[in-house]
Amino acid sequence: MAEPKKKKQLDLVRRDMPKQQPEIRSHNFSEVALGYAAQTAVEEASRCIQCPKPKCVENCPVEINIPGFIKAISEKDFKRGIKILKEKNCLPAICGRVCPQEEQCEETCVLVKKGGQIAIGRLERFLADWEAVQGKLEMPHLPGKTGKKVAVVGGGPAGLTVAGDLIQLGHEVTIFEALHKMGGVLVYGIPEFRLPKRIVEREVDYLKKLGVKIRTDFVVGKTQSIDSLLEEYDAIFVGSGAGLPWFMEIPGENLNGVYSANEYLTRLNLMKGFLFPEYHTPVKSHKRVAVVGGGNVAMDCARSALRLGAESRIVYRRSREELPARLEEVENAEEEGVIFDFLTLPLKYIGDENGWVKQMEVQRMQLGEPDASGRRRPVPIEGAIEIIEVDAIVCAIGNSPNPLIAQTTPGLEIGKKGNIVADEETGQTSREKIWAAGDVVTGAATVILAMGAGRKAARSMHEYLMSH
Amino acid sequence: MFKVVTSRMIVPNMHLLTLEAPAVAREAKPGQFIILRAEEEGERIPLSISDWDEQMGTVTTIFLNVGRTTDRLSRLVEGQQIPTVVGPLGNATDIEKYGTVLLLGGCYGIGSLFPVARALKQAGNKIITVVEARSSYLLYWEDRYKDYSDEFVRITRDGTKGYKGHVDRLPEIIKDLGVTVDRVIINGCTYCLKRGSDATRALQIPTWVSLNPIMIDGTGMCGVCRVTVGSVTRFACVHGPDFNGHEVDWEELLQRRKTYMPEEVVPLRTSKSKCEEHSQQR
Ligand SMILES: Cc1cc2nc3c(=O)[nH]c(=O)nc-3n(C[C@H](O)[C@H](O)[C@H](O)COP(=O)(O)OP(=O)(O)OC[C@H]3O[C@@H](n4cnc5c(N)ncnc54)[C@H](O)[C@@H]3O)c2cc1C
Ligand SMILES: Cc1cc2nc3c(=O)[nH]c(=O)nc-3n(C[C@H](O)[C@H](O)[C@H](O)COP(=O)(O)OP(=O)(O)OC[C@H]3O[C@@H](n4cnc5c(N)ncnc54)[C@H](O)[C@@H]3O)c2cc1C
Ligand code: SF4
Ligand code: FES
Repeated sequence: MAEPKKKKQLDLVRRDMPKQQPEIRSHNFSEVALGYAAQTAVEEASRCIQCPKPKCVENCPVEINIPGFIKAISEKDFKRGIKILKEKNCLPAICGRVCPQEEQCEETCVLVKKGGQIAIGRLERFLADWEAVQGKLEMPHLPGKTGKKVAVVGGGPAGLTVAGDLIQLGHEVTIFEALHKMGGVLVYGIPEFRLPKRIVEREVDYLKKLGVKIRTDFVVGKTQSIDSLLEEYDAIFVGSGAGLPWFMEIPGENLNGVYSANEYLTRLNLMKGFLFPEYHTPVKSHKRVAVVGGGNVAMDCARSALRLGAESRIVYRRSREELPARLEEVENAEEEGVIFDFLTLPLKYIGDENGWVKQMEVQRMQLGEPDASGRRRPVPIEGAIEIIEVDAIVCAIGNSPNPLIAQTTPGLEIGKKGNIVADEETGQTSREKIWAAGDVVTGAATVILAMGAGRKAARSMHEYLMSH
Repeated sequence: MFKVVTSRMIVPNMHLLTLEAPAVAREAKPGQFIILRAEEEGERIPLSISDWDEQMGTVTTIFLNVGRTTDRLSRLVEGQQIPTVVGPLGNATDIEKYGTVLLLGGCYGIGSLFPVARALKQAGNKIITVVEARSSYLLYWEDRYKDYSDEFVRITRDGTKGYKGHVDRLPEIIKDLGVTVDRVIINGCTYCLKRGSDATRALQIPTWVSLNPIMIDGTGMCGVCRVTVGSVTRFACVHGPDFNGHEVDWEELLQRRKTYMPEEVVPLRTSKSKCEEHSQQR
């Protein structure tokens, strides 16, 4: 006689993902997190209770069928898993590594209240990596050609998504990228130890295989204007990102040894400066680096500085709770030995007699009343001005969209912050035939938001192309 | 990949490189620059556009061999390819009818001012070209300026041709020519830009210089090219490269250009030691 079916016991233990030890990884640029082994992935996936109304999906910007792919993993059907995943996300190996899952899908997982939310991001990464080692990429069946030509400006996550979607709808797609490598922030900003560049290359290769044409070393607005491209293309997507670095406009910012985060990271990542002199772009080795800011960008800079052998600190004007960076990366930074100076605001940078930065004058702060954002506002502690000894400062306080396209495209509506104004649902700009999405529209945001917005724009472009 | 059409030394240590880059040639304007990489592991470096041919789809640049990338570029031969040529970058030099324009070129600036001379001449200006070098054998392209310049003056530090000395002699030259100069435009190495600007300050002649700070992307993304002009921070690649020479903070620019000097000699040192190793083995 069969036993009465017992209710499955809740397993609330999130499976750890192995990482390089902090003492070791803080001296190399290899990937920190090593990914789940198949057995661990299956265990982790089996913990998912397969909610009939999955909360996790509601908070995923691209609405991945999360319980679907997790179930496939629990049944060891990885092939089905990756297929489900890729229905909604064309860059799973990237998102599985850099998405802020803890405030997206994982935040709303029903198990979060019990402290055992499913590690959705790690499972996503597992499937993507599994597919890569399998070697055989499954190519989708491409429909007949529509005869329509689309130009995509910018090879970041937004542009890659639009290109992938439109080529699979039968349009001819060319991506124009200003730098010599594709990937946008994924290659010039996010360091190797968080997102190995070969993963980005893999995704770009996949697009090439689908037939997407790629023109690197092409600055739209300089090499050719949007209007001139429109003579040849039926529609244009602008995904040029938010790559213009902000400075604080305080004294001493142009001293030698003061960098923007973009310069610092581009030298290391895009130009592989950490392999100097084998690669030719020099990076300086500093003894004491202070990174100003508290987002992902700041963490990446601080952890890079550490890996180049410096004592590395984050200088942030609010407290730890307000750090905008992903929690996982803050923890990684802490483990590796990055020093955190919270409630600290730089006032000016002081140079030596040769024009090199040597000190940073800071104001210590305390938390005051909440501001409009609901966060307690940092206010100066009177008289608490101190000096921090440094020999390099990296300014990681934010970026805004580059004005190049705005300046060279008449009639394109531009917002107050230099962003291209585009419809949130369709990506349509104020000009016919031109769509835009990603950081260039929203200001610096996230990979998955850029992809989600790109997908909506691609849908709208397709409708337009088929009816004109 | 971008094909080398011509590569030759035009005067000692100064090279001319013509590259096949049709998209750049189509849009190039006087005063703009390209960024290139000489090889896959290479650095991105900016070089001014000294000429272009839209029909042939080529751009020409003239450069001084100072370091790793320019050294590599100087060894290229016809038919070889380099991985990156991007441009045209930066804003074009303002071409208007000013009246009399004095163009002052030193070093690679003699080359990069050529398209400026041509365009200003075509815009109806009287052109005075002043070229400067350590010695007369380092001067080039005089013949090319013939049709576009009303006066052609040389300054050599050793006095082998023209005025002896440095660009400081500009006020004298202007006086000797007996002209009123409405605008001065200077291209070349930073010292030449600075000293030339100093020389025209007292004369109160509007002076524009093409700045050459360190760059990476050339599109406004990295901020390494920032310069202080009239106490405002500007990015030379997108706000320039031309700026009012009387407002540039020269000390800062000279300082910032030195940022990577200690590192730039590392590869030279290592390659030398390899060379020594080699000779020892033999
Ligand atoms: C250091 C750093 C770390 C980050 N970490 C995370 C993270 O952990 N998780 C996360 O979700 N997000 C992170 N982000 C944010 C995320 O990378 C961006 O939100 C995302 O890349 C935006 O995508 P995009 O396609 O809109 O723009 P981008 O990635 O900026 O790509 C734009 C591309 O357009 C090109 N371009 C610009 N202008 C032109 C032109 N005129 N012609 C041709 N090409 C042009 C640029 O060269 C670039 O390649 C990080 C950002 C940085 C800088
Ligand atoms: C907008 C712009 C346009 C430019 N146009 C030209 C051009 O048309 N022709 C040209 O020759 N250069 C030009 N330059 C300068 C050129 O970019 C540098 O000479 C080049 O980057 C050197 O690269 P490298 O790898 O060969 O030398 P590096 O290894 O980078 O430098 C070697 C050493 O030489 C020093 N150095 C660098 N540049 C110069 C220089 N010009 N003169 C003297 N010492 C230098 C460096 O400080 C370093 O110590 C331009 C720069 C800018 C920003
Ligand atoms: S909310 Fe959590 S438990 Fe429910 S389906 Fe999603 S991942 Fe599984
Ligand atoms: S070279 Fe990077 S901003 Fe000018």
